[in-house]
Amino acid sequence: MAKTDIIIHDKKDNVGVIVVEKVIEGQDCCCWIMENDTSKDIKSEAEIPLGHKIALQDLKEGDTIIKYGHDIGKVVKLIKKGDHVHVHNVKTKKW
Amino acid sequence: MKIPEIFLGYKRENGRAGTRNHVIILPVDDISNACAEAVANNIKGTIALPHSYGRLQFGADLELHFRTMIGTGKNPNVAAVIVIGIEPKWTKRIVDAIAKTGKPVEGFSIEGVGDIDTIAKVSKKAQEFSMWASEKQREECPISDLWISVKCGESDTTSGLASNPTVGNLMDKLEPMGVHLCFGETSELTGAENVCAKRGKTKEAQEKFMKTWNSYNDFILKEATNDLSESQPTAGNIAGGLTTIEEKAFGNFQKIGTRQFIDVLEPAEEPSKGKGLYFMDTSSAAAECVTLQAAGGFNIHLFPTGQGNIIGNPIEPVLKLTANPLTAKTMSEHIDLDVSKILSREMNLDQAGNELIKATLKVANGRLTCAEALGHKEFVMTKLYRSA
Repeated sequence: MAKTDIIIHDKKDNVGVIVVEKVIEGQDCCCWIMENDTSKDIKSEAEIPLGHKIALQDLKEGDTIIKYGHDIGKVVKLIKKGDHVHVHNVKTKKW
Repeated sequence: MKIPEIFLGYKRENGRAGTRNHVIILPVDDISNACAEAVANNIKGTIALPHSYGRLQFGADLELHFRTMIGTGKNPNVAAVIVIGIEPKWTKRIVDAIAKTGKPVEGFSIEGVGDIDTIAKVSKKAQEFSMWASEKQREECPISDLWISVKCGESDTTSGLASNPTVGNLMDKLEPMGVHLCFGETSELTGAENVCAKRGKTKEAQEKFMKTWNSYNDFILKEATNDLSESQPTAGNIAGGLTTIEEKAFGNFQKIGTRQFIDVLEPAEEPSKGKGLYFMDTSSAAAECVTLQAAGGFNIHLFPTGQGNIIGNPIEPVLKLTANPLTAKTMSEHIDLDVSKILSREMNLDQAGNELIKATLKVANGRLTCAEALGHKEFVMTKLYRSA
């Protein structure tokens, strides 16, 4: 089993969580999808620390971020596959 | 793993069982703190529970104050209680309600006496209670005597991935054994409120949950100057990778596993519908939430953390777990159970749940939690609005 760098909760999710101390720009990362116990690879396009999210696909302004198979907020700035996803490009739909 | 069917607890007069054997000195109001603390300093084996309120409150806010005071005294982790207030009327109301459990309780008021003579009188009674309680022995109790409350804090994405699901796994395994369970944090279910409501076992429970959440959300919308993004998620949550309240809520919600809740409790309300999972309307601030759950009668608390919350409670032991390998290393003195191996896939949820059950029983049997060993005794009253 390859070392898991990223865990994805649900197969519908468009983001994954870094579970190693960090991934660096250009790194080939191994993702594990918890829901169906499958794996896939993705190349990181930024340095992303433990616990932070990586985009699994290109996302444009207004798109919805899906994690746990559910809506967790909206994209407010263009995100490329492999980018760091956080408060600089995603906002809540509440409040 | 075969789950043990017993733990060693203190049997109480009303049939409940405690995981601890505290003698508490409970001030009714802020100005009685000095007296309570002086008595606890005089008499070994007692603890004072100072707090900031109890004067000129009214309506629902005053009722919550009384419910918290009375529930704290009634908690089975408490062997005996001394209540000290500035005046006798409110003091007596609390004493009379606690006395219904059958445990030793006595009230004192300071007006017309002064601190020094009150401290002398109370110290004599406190000494009697402390020496009486010290004779109590732990006995075998069924695991269904455990009332387990949960709340997470300083969460990050590792909470939703691993430490909260570990608590959920424990709930899935222990609920069929007849334990009482409680989760709260109304605000931190925002974004997952509809999914959470569907977990109500009855239509009535589902509607009660939505009513509670809507009332909270209306309050937020009324009071918020801009938005809550500065407070929810917190700076600690954001540092840990949580981006929105919705993401935090779905992570939070993992703590109840696949369980359904049978009722929605007011803050500090004691459950009355038998064994099973309850939702309590609480603040999401750690110390306020655990104080309310302890007042609801819960006798052991499980607290998953990501970035490293350090909270404890004076009467309800708070057991902490984390799945964040950095927190487990840098804040090891606060972490009772490290489940970070879930992230490296060296441990699965079933195994982590079993480890948490073992750790919970050790604490129920008397092992000190990290928070107890470090002296964390946060007793924080929830205040609903301004005083009169």
